[in-house]
Amino acid sequence: MNALVNFTKIFKFNGGVHPPENKAQSTQLPIGQLPLPEKLVLPLRQHVGNMPKIKVSVGNKVLKGQLLAEAEGAVSAAIHAPTSGTVTAIEDAIIPHPSGLPDRCITITPDGKDAWMKRQPQDWRNADRKTLVASLRLSGIVGLGGATFPTHIKLRADGKSDVHTLIINAAECEPYITCDDMLMRERADEIVKGIEIAQYLLGAKKVLIGIEDNKPEAAAAMQAATANTAMQVIIVPTLYPSGDARRLVHLVLGTEIPHDKRSTEVGLQVFNVATVVALRRYFELGEPSLNRIVSMTGNVNQPQNFEVLFGTPLPHLVKAAGGAKPDTTHYIMGGPMMGFDLPDEMVPITKAANCIIAASPTLFEPPPPAMPCIRCARCADACPVNLQPQELYWFAKSDNFEKANDYKLFDCIECGACSYVCPSNIPLVQYYRYAKSEIIAIDKAHEAADLARERNDFRLARIEREKLERAQKHAERAQAAKTEATPETNSHTDAGDAQKSAKQAAITAAIERAKAAKAAAGIAPKNIADAGENVKKEIAEIDARRQAVGIEKPAIDKDKQAKIAAAIERAKAAKAAAAAAKQNTEKKD
Amino acid sequence: MNRSPYISDAPSVGTMMLKVLLALVPGIIAYVWVFGGGILVTLTLATTTALLAEAIMLKLRKRPIQPFLSDFSAVITAWLLALAIPPLAPWWLIVVGTLFAIVVAKQLYGGLGYNPFNPAMIGYAVLLISFPAIMTKWPAALELAQTKLGFVDQLQFIFGGLLPQDVKLDAVTSATPLDYLKTQLTLHHDLASIKQAPLFGTLGGKGGEYVTIAYLLGGLYLWQQKIISWHLPTAFLASLALVSGVFWLVNPAHFASPLFHLFSGASMLCAFFIITDPVSGPTTPKGKLWFATGVALITYLVRVYGGYPDGVAFAVIFMNICVPLIDAGTQPRVFGHKK
Ligand code: SF4
Ligand code: SF4
Repeated sequence: MNALVNFTKIFKFNGGVHPPENKAQSTQLPIGQLPLPEKLVLPLRQHVGNMPKIKVSVGNKVLKGQLLAEAEGAVSAAIHAPTSGTVTAIEDAIIPHPSGLPDRCITITPDGKDAWMKRQPQDWRNADRKTLVASLRLSGIVGLGGATFPTHIKLRADGKSDVHTLIINAAECEPYITCDDMLMRERADEIVKGIEIAQYLLGAKKVLIGIEDNKPEAAAAMQAATANTAMQVIIVPTLYPSGDARRLVHLVLGTEIPHDKRSTEVGLQVFNVATVVALRRYFELGEPSLNRIVSMTGNVNQPQNFEVLFGTPLPHLVKAAGGAKPDTTHYIMGGPMMGFDLPDEMVPITKAANCIIAASPTLFEPPPPAMPCIRCARCADACPVNLQPQELYWFAKSDNFEKANDYKLFDCIECGACSYVCPSNIPLVQYYRYAKSEIIAIDKAHEAADLARERNDFRLARIEREKLERAQKHAERAQAAKTEATPETNSHTDAGDAQKSAKQAAITAAIERAKAAKAAAGIAPKNIADAGENVKKEIAEIDARRQAVGIEKPAIDKDKQAKIAAAIERAKAAKAAAAAAKQNTEKKD
Repeated sequence: MNRSPYISDAPSVGTMMLKVLLALVPGIIAYVWVFGGGILVTLTLATTTALLAEAIMLKLRKRPIQPFLSDFSAVITAWLLALAIPPLAPWWLIVVGTLFAIVVAKQLYGGLGYNPFNPAMIGYAVLLISFPAIMTKWPAALELAQTKLGFVDQLQFIFGGLLPQDVKLDAVTSATPLDYLKTQLTLHHDLASIKQAPLFGTLGGKGGEYVTIAYLLGGLYLWQQKIISWHLPTAFLASLALVSGVFWLVNPAHFASPLFHLFSGASMLCAFFIITDPVSGPTTPKGKLWFATGVALITYLVRVYGGYPDGVAFAVIFMNICVPLIDAGTQPRVFGHKK
């Protein structure tokens, strides 16, 4: 059977682009294995969410698979020792993050034995779903498509939704990246086992596997592996960004997940192929998340995919790919559409690292200077979300954040399709990131201020109430004195009732006031409060970025930067003021 | 640093504009063939003026000159204006018009990308209002003129206002078909007899219609090259045909046919080259349809009832004013949102 014949209807989304694929280079060789590096540097934060809590100290001997740090708080993921050895450092080191700032890392010096801890496979078919999902917290598994959202949260039943369809994202639409392609070609059976687990955990009836039609070998392998199952392989046309979860869902089902809903709220869940393989290894082999497939490609002598232990220093990987060519200037993590410049060659491979591209000026020409927007709307034609990028650009540039919000800035997935087709070479996505982080900062400041105001209102209400109560007591006492001779049982209860209802009224009034104040307080944070999962994730990321480095600035005009700096200062000041106010009220309380 | 995407696939602004110029070439060739080489002089004058004015203004505004001159947008403005005004006008007319278009309508508003009005149409409107007599004196198509002016004669006329001895101005100019039609209709002549005049060809004006067809071909090239989308030209031509068709069906003795309207005056130039100016036009697909329909309706009304023979310039300027409104009102539905 021809793998590329499509029997299913495909529901196209607006726009999309066809960047040169450049995938053939890294699919010539099978997935390679690396020798153990001399040291492994494991950033604690390799996922979206909280920093996990360290469970080891320097000098500890650890076994392969041993827990080094456990998930802390709801959204967090554990970190494990990728091999046996000694913890030789716990310190800040450069991590593969656009901010270029160091973050806490655990360094392991391997002992070369690669000795496993005791592994405990689980008989998942006969186990309770809840228990299984709960145990996932210890697995360290996060979305390996690049989103790195902790998987145990995506599988957690939230009570209000019933997932009926599981969609496996195997589109891999970004140029250069082939890790999922190779994984499907070589380990389709393992993927299918992983899908069965995910399906069981979600209770999903239907499984759809979306693969772009530029991966015929992978599609054939998946079709063969799923032949005896009810899973359905759906070939989608090659069109960037079909691998974006919401776009893929639309492609295979025709469903537009509403912007303010999670996919689970409409009965859908999306997993990447690599993630389900991690699930299968965890449950069936008892192995936590220790490695991933990474495409090492671009300006190296022998582009190839490797199975890489987390924490492996990048040079180790580059060497395995035949070394970088002499004109290599730096490395990009991710694809050329959404990736970022690595701050240093000495960064470790993390859970997010699906692809590393060695870059050279010939491979990626420096962009020509940006020209004014000529309103040609090529960007709008390319936008998969059907936004108006030229308007968003205009609003972001003029700091008109409310308008940007109105024009659905937060629905932008930062796919870069707009910049890709812009004849004026405008770094549109940078402007959107800037505007998003500004809006979030402003909203946060507002929220904090609201909270402070609310507390203050309650405090005033309480003072008022206490005054009232004192007065009432006074009056009562006076009354009691007066009526001492003829005590009336009734009067006391009456007074008590009056007191109670006065108290009630005061509280209600205070609440009303607080509500009104909140409503009056500028930009409505509701916009973010009801944002979808994607956006929230994005916000978390942006937030992390902000905290790390302030924000990235579109590098085109100077006074813009000054403005941004000023805005950050403003936001900071507002935050500080709000915090101070809060402290104040708390003290007085 | 996150500067993704690292790759791009876009023609530069300069390339896009060059293609627009290229698309005008067939029209210019037809023009020379029908009306003589004088237009080449006007085009050169306009181009030079536009580039000089742009360079000086950029210098004054302290903007880099080279990247903005090489985007060719000034040249397009110059050419459109040159093609819109009578080719046998004195040299200063095109210079004044171009200066106004570039300096006031474009650079003073902030240069490329910031001008709310189509600069060429502003230049045209200013000339039409200030010098109505010259602006309505079109040379007759060579095959119709009583006296045919050679290229040198045309040059002499443009620069010195000199005609060869014994040649009267009336002998080399004539009313445009739209103009003629309008004056004759006000004299209560009936359309069929008016159309007997040698001025009229099969589709539009004799000679002029070839130029119009050449514009159409150039426009199709732009569409094929994806420089323009189908929305604007299609909506413009369809609405113009529709409105003129209705009037024509009601009273064919008084109103010209849709074909005549499509192939006369600046219709084709407008459909493919003027309203397709991205900067001063709407950006949403629906907005483009509304915009073009508006231009077509106003153009028709001015042609039939207005004080000027052709209404394209005023129609475009008026619709330019409406662009922010149109854009705001025609935002497409965003993925995952209800309308
Ligand atoms: S593609 Fe670039 S120049 Fe064209 S409208 Fe979009 S932002 Fe403006
Ligand atoms: S980056 Fe945002 S605005 Fe640009 S094409 Fe992608 S979703 Fe649309």
